[in-house]
Amino acid sequence: MFNHLLKANGRHRLIEGWPLVFTVLTTLAILVGTVVEFAPMFLVQGQVEPIAGVEPWTPLELAGRDIYIREGCNNCHSQMVRPFRDELERYGPYSRAGETVYETPFLWGSKRTGPDLARVGVKYPHLWHVRHMEDPRSTSPNSIMPSYGWLLTNDLDTASLPRKLSALRRLGIPYTDAQIANAIIDAETQAATIASEVEDQGGPEGLQNREIIAMVAYLQSLDVPEGLATELAGTAAGGGAP
Amino acid sequence: MTETTTAALSTGALTGDRSRFEIFSYDDDITRKFVLATILWGFVGMLVGFIIALQLPFHQANLGPYLTFGRLRPLHTNAVIFAFAGNAIFAAIYYSTQRLCKARMFSDLMSRVHFWGWQAIIVSAAITLPMGITTSKEYAELEWPIDIAIAVVWVIFAVNFFGTLARRREKHMYVALWFYIATIVTVAVLHIGNSLAFPISLTKSYPIYKGVQDALVQWWYGHNAVAFFLTTPFLGLMYYFLPKAAERPVFSYRLSIVHFWSLVFLYIWAGPHHLQYTAVPEWAATLGMVFSVMLRMPRWGGMINGLFTLRGAWHKLRDSVVLKMFVIGITFYGMSTFEGPMLSVKSVNALSHYTDWTIGHVHAGAMGWNGFMTFGMIYWLVPRLWGRELWSPRLANIHFWTGTIGMLLYVMAMYTSGITQGLMWRAFDDAGRLLYPDFMETVVQIKPMYWVRLIGGTMYLTGITMLMYNVWRTIRLAPKNLPDPAVAVPRRVATPAAELATS
Repeated sequence: MFNHLLKANGRHRLIEGWPLVFTVLTTLAILVGTVVEFAPMFLVQGQVEPIAGVEPWTPLELAGRDIYIREGCNNCHSQMVRPFRDELERYGPYSRAGETVYETPFLWGSKRTGPDLARVGVKYPHLWHVRHMEDPRSTSPNSIMPSYGWLLTNDLDTASLPRKLSALRRLGIPYTDAQIANAIIDAETQAATIASEVEDQGGPEGLQNREIIAMVAYLQSLDVPEGLATELAGTAAGGGAP
Repeated sequence: MTETTTAALSTGALTGDRSRFEIFSYDDDITRKFVLATILWGFVGMLVGFIIALQLPFHQANLGPYLTFGRLRPLHTNAVIFAFAGNAIFAAIYYSTQRLCKARMFSDLMSRVHFWGWQAIIVSAAITLPMGITTSKEYAELEWPIDIAIAVVWVIFAVNFFGTLARRREKHMYVALWFYIATIVTVAVLHIGNSLAFPISLTKSYPIYKGVQDALVQWWYGHNAVAFFLTTPFLGLMYYFLPKAAERPVFSYRLSIVHFWSLVFLYIWAGPHHLQYTAVPEWAATLGMVFSVMLRMPRWGGMINGLFTLRGAWHKLRDSVVLKMFVIGITFYGMSTFEGPMLSVKSVNALSHYTDWTIGHVHAGAMGWNGFMTFGMIYWLVPRLWGRELWSPRLANIHFWTGTIGMLLYVMAMYTSGITQGLMWRAFDDAGRLLYPDFMETVVQIKPMYWVRLIGGTMYLTGITMLMYNVWRTIRLAPKNLPDPAVAVPRRVATPAAELATS
């Protein structure tokens, strides 16, 4: 059968003279794999339940996340702990699908020039992050990370937050009307709290309108969600060393 | 066919009986434009590569907000993939499609809109990415207005290409054209599928996919951008330019059919191998791995068909820098397509993922396969397009060696650094504690390899400056007027039967 198809004047020779047929067949060939890979995913997606404690980002965290994206942090830092013993030791419990249900875009990354950040939220005080962004060498000798001093001087843009939240709601992220309406005030309140905590820890004053505070809020939110923590505490062998 | 045409022209057959012949010309000006753009953007893309390679071991090279590693890395990948390799495949397609179809491009205007539109997209990428305007999705970082421009320009390109196919004078489509068809169709599907987003403003949008879904769509795109932007069009390029340069027919027609269809069918499944051991469902990642391993066969089919085309012509490598470059290119295609499936296997991926091993792998593909196939094509095309011998074959030869050694240094440095760091991350001491609990220890360990990589990359960049200089000197001597080459074909199109009788 294949012989008939492939020989010098076989059947394949025919379609080589018909661009339209050839193009349709090529398109079908690429669509088979696409459909098989995606159809189940789009059906299954509804069944990936958010883990308890996984909430949409607060407005300030969202602003921080957009700065994280702007600076391209994901080019060097992953946010996806794999289920290996060394990663559990180093970073914490491995990442679950149910933790990322509100992530658009996903920020799992593909390269660890620096460490994974999926569990960085509980590790350091706010001030550590401020100092680390200002000069990574001051907190981590030998670090090769660039300094992000401008985060401490740039004004934080909160004006776009209501628009961002309502866009995200359209994409299926459950923000309420109240959250959207109060986005700016919420962000400012949370920023003032974090900024005063930074001061209490001996850090610089007057950071509450600065981008660095949003970045700190976002990084500190990268934590083991409550539901997962409870589950892991319940099952000692749950694969989640601290 | 060229021979008969020349004969017809020279014997005066045309003047004798014009009605028996159809006279038309090829648009070589558009190919010249794409060749020059390839060289220019190749230099720019690799220069940005040099800068980010320096920034890793020498953090002081990160300048201000605009020129930091995080913002420049996407500029480097986009410039090399879409500007350097992109313009190269357009040059290849515009040159070879006209000749394979015995027809001028469907529309000169569309060709120009394609060319200038594509360059405008590249310039807008070079402006927006350092400004931090990015979607964060790898190789799809450009924001939605540029994404729309890409889709529009691509559709214009597609109409121009398929219009040319429709008006072809050669019934049979040669294998290179199959690969171009697969490229044009699939890149459109991938680009649109992955870029669907909800805009907030002109410079910001959120993708319509979330979490696991977004990851799978992204790597369906990311992996197949490698497949249908960096593989299929370059195989088409190989099928046209290698037999031309070697003056030998392709090794096996049968193999080209088998490997074309299996490559096109299998490649699309393999995306999730980029997500081994992540939160995507196990079955998807396993399927990705299985299909990646299967893909080794059709990829090697392409390599074998390329290398065996040189049977009986290997002695030509001594004198032809074009063939030398093609052989290095195809060999590196074989090597990186051996390595790719290996890296997709879960147990290997567990070690290699997140490390520089991946960086080494993609550079073996981009510098070795895409780079050298492009250089070979340019050295073959430039004398034909500008009607002048290459200014210095000797300099081209030095380019070949500088580039090859630079690339080997680069790749070996990244293998060493990747495997070293991967092993350090997972090392435990006798008491069962991490041997290197401080991540920084593993960074300090591989820093020397970053310097070696910089040396290798600098050599490769030096190679392309030699190419620039050589081409510039050649063009300077070229005649001012470069008329489009005229072609004459007999009015009656050869029937398939007649064609088969001669093949």
